[in-house]
Amino acid sequence: MTDLVLDGAYVLLAVAMLMAVIRVLRGPTLADRILGLDLATTLAVGLIAIFAVTVRQWLYLDIAIALALVGFVASAAFARYLISQRHQ
Amino acid sequence: MSYAADLIILIGALFALLGALGVLRFPDVYTRLHAASKAGPLGVGLILVGAGLHSGEPLIVLRVLLGLLFLILVSPIAAHLLARAALRSGVPSSTSTSINEFTSNH
Repeated sequence: MTDLVLDGAYVLLAVAMLMAVIRVLRGPTLADRILGLDLATTLAVGLIAIFAVTVRQWLYLDIAIALALVGFVASAAFARYLISQRHQ
Repeated sequence: MSYAADLIILIGALFALLGALGVLRFPDVYTRLHAASKAGPLGVGLILVGAGLHSGEPLIVLRVLLGLLFLILVSPIAAHLLARAALRSGVPSSTSTSINEFTSNH
């Protein structure tokens, strides 16, 4: 039962990741691409959390939380870059 | 307990997929941000909680709950930063937007 659910969650998150990547590639403005990258990072956090359940190694959950922290800093930095770009 | 964790993981993955679908399909940056900031704390947060419940160890559940708290705190801030940056750099909103209160001064 658990294996089936985990496989399903892998598939759902992979499709979601694909959608985020399409948005990054297509996105008409830079803000769209930043948004897509932010979403991809968030989805990677979810993938790592599911992987932790698959291999039964709970240390991976710490890695997922750390990636969430870094992802916030990254998107904040991108947003600052987007603001500063206007003044040039 | 394991079944409940499975259910929570599945619901979280569904929310993440719906958020990504919104990011792909919505017409402009601001509506896409609305969808993306649901996929973060709700979708991935539920997946984290489900994974923590699978471990069955209180310390790991606590750690995961702290991670969830962080996501809930930080995701609106990131969305607001990005929306503000997009607005200030002049990204146009969709033509179907009926009310825009930021036209004169932002």
